[in-house]
Amino acid sequence: MGWFKRLKEGITTTTTEKRETPEGLWYKCPSCKKIHTAQEHKANQHVCLNCGYHERIGSAEYFEIIFDDNNFTELHENLVSGDPLDFTDTKKYTDRLTDTIKKSGLKDALRSAYGKVNGNDLVVCCMDFGFIGGSMGSVVGEKISRSIDFCLKNKTPLLIISKSGGARMMEAAFSLMQMAKTSAKLSLMDKAGIPYISLCTDPTTGGVTASYAMLGDLNISEPGALIGFAGPRVVKETIGKDLPKGFQTAEFVLEHGFLDKIITRTELKAKLSTLLKMFKN
Amino acid sequence: MIYLDFEKPIQELTEELEKLKSVAEKSKVDMSKSIAELEAKIHEKRVEIFSNLTAWQKVQLSRHPERPYTLAYIDAVSNSSFIELHGDRTVGDDKAMVGGFGDVDGQTVMFIGQQKGINTKMRQIRRFGMANPEGYRKALRLMKMAEKFNKPIVTFIDTPGAYPGLEAEERGQGEAIARNLLEMTQLKVPVICIIIGEGASGGALGIGIGDKVLMLENTWYSVISPESCSSILWRSWSFKETAAEALKLTSADMSNNGLIDGIIKEPLGGAHNNHAEIFATVKSEILKQLEVLKKQTPDQRITARIDKFSAMGVVHDLEEEENK
Ligand SMILES: [Zn+2]
Repeated sequence: MGWFKRLKEGITTTTTEKRETPEGLWYKCPSCKKIHTAQEHKANQHVCLNCGYHERIGSAEYFEIIFDDNNFTELHENLVSGDPLDFTDTKKYTDRLTDTIKKSGLKDALRSAYGKVNGNDLVVCCMDFGFIGGSMGSVVGEKISRSIDFCLKNKTPLLIISKSGGARMMEAAFSLMQMAKTSAKLSLMDKAGIPYISLCTDPTTGGVTASYAMLGDLNISEPGALIGFAGPRVVKETIGKDLPKGFQTAEFVLEHGFLDKIITRTELKAKLSTLLKMFKN
Repeated sequence: MIYLDFEKPIQELTEELEKLKSVAEKSKVDMSKSIAELEAKIHEKRVEIFSNLTAWQKVQLSRHPERPYTLAYIDAVSNSSFIELHGDRTVGDDKAMVGGFGDVDGQTVMFIGQQKGINTKMRQIRRFGMANPEGYRKALRLMKMAEKFNKPIVTFIDTPGAYPGLEAEERGQGEAIARNLLEMTQLKVPVICIIIGEGASGGALGIGIGDKVLMLENTWYSVISPESCSSILWRSWSFKETAAEALKLTSADMSNNGLIDGIIKEPLGGAHNNHAEIFATVKSEILKQLEVLKKQTPDQRITARIDKFSAMGVVHDLEEEENK
């Protein structure tokens, strides 16, 4: 029997409950080491008030930042991964999934929702790095695929927020084919003339970069985000010397012509809604 | 002849046979009966070994240095009519990716594929079949041209991955592969993709979106090589055999999982054992598939292509399970 039967009893906490920051806690910026209250930090959308460092956040935070009054309808929220290869490395894949689901309160590495952004309709697919390194497995591909069906049907623009270490190795070739699947579906968006914006956040690498993350009508990013196909360690091994400063940062990728714009998180919603209006009017 | 570790029994018998033959020659004694017996024994051994190959042994075969590479297939299938076309029209000509027109029994075909080097010098120049972004962009340029002149496309996939270099990153390796995936789904002409050796990750998929995706029997196709998988998931290089099994990367596994459209049988002992035979098999397979695909309209092919890739993946819907 499927492992997901056991799983159903396991889900108790939701993402929102888990992510609530208790008052009085402090946030220490890993970049500039300055300390701010967690409340201040959250109010600034988890961007350091001193140096502008963008803390990694998840789908719950992005939905709250983007959607009006944090009002949104989640799409296909009950999809969980199968284990088509009966995969075991140092741990059974199904156990890894069950544990991660319990720990993270998430069901996989991507959540999808639709709602309004300053009054403009938008579907947002947002990856969660906390779920097996934001790796792309069947659920990530299927949710994007179904979300695109929704966008095509309702003529709604799409935003995908990438944050991923790449493929999910425990799904091997199934994971690889999610690159084909999402790109095939995006070709339909392309033909239908519905805007697709790709937001690359720290980190966006591997198969995600080599599929939907680089296929936006607009490719945008947060400052300082790592964006690349091969990981920096692998590139370093290939060339046999140290990497130049700032290699594979959003700023580097923009300079080389693969990003339209770098947008700070605090400006994200305003810029998004302006862009959505410009596509519309 | 280069023998792999698991082919040792065949090698020993073959060496025995050579000795026997030379003795027969020198002594002028008729040993034809013993020779025939030994030949039969070698055949039997080969059948035995090759009908029980492990996933890792197939990976080894896919990398066999005497295995034919892309240009050899193109030359044979096109009866040496191939005209290679170079460059991506932007930054350069990638020697790890080749392409051009060829004639196959009166039909012009656009051939594209990763090319591994045939000697030490060429292996460097061709970067072991690891293409740069300009390689993927050259491939796309040629595919678009094929579409413009209504010619079918055949790609040969044989790569340990896209090149993970500094310049590859600067020139947008991710974007180049992604663009190919999207554009290939919408190509109006028939596309056949054949994995002839290694099918590693996005680097393979970058020329792998086809109406028919076929694997030669002793090849592998997955998201990562067994060695890298071992090093990442087991944090050691020594689990490559285990990783090869776990990844389900063989042609039989890929076919069982519905991720490819067919398997092309190799000669006994692997493609390297009989080049002429594998070339003939591949050519007849291409002709057979083209015959079928040409009967469909571009829209039918594109829809089927998108539906095929969209159906890949295994998920469960907890809500549906609940309602059952
Ligand atoms: Zn700071």
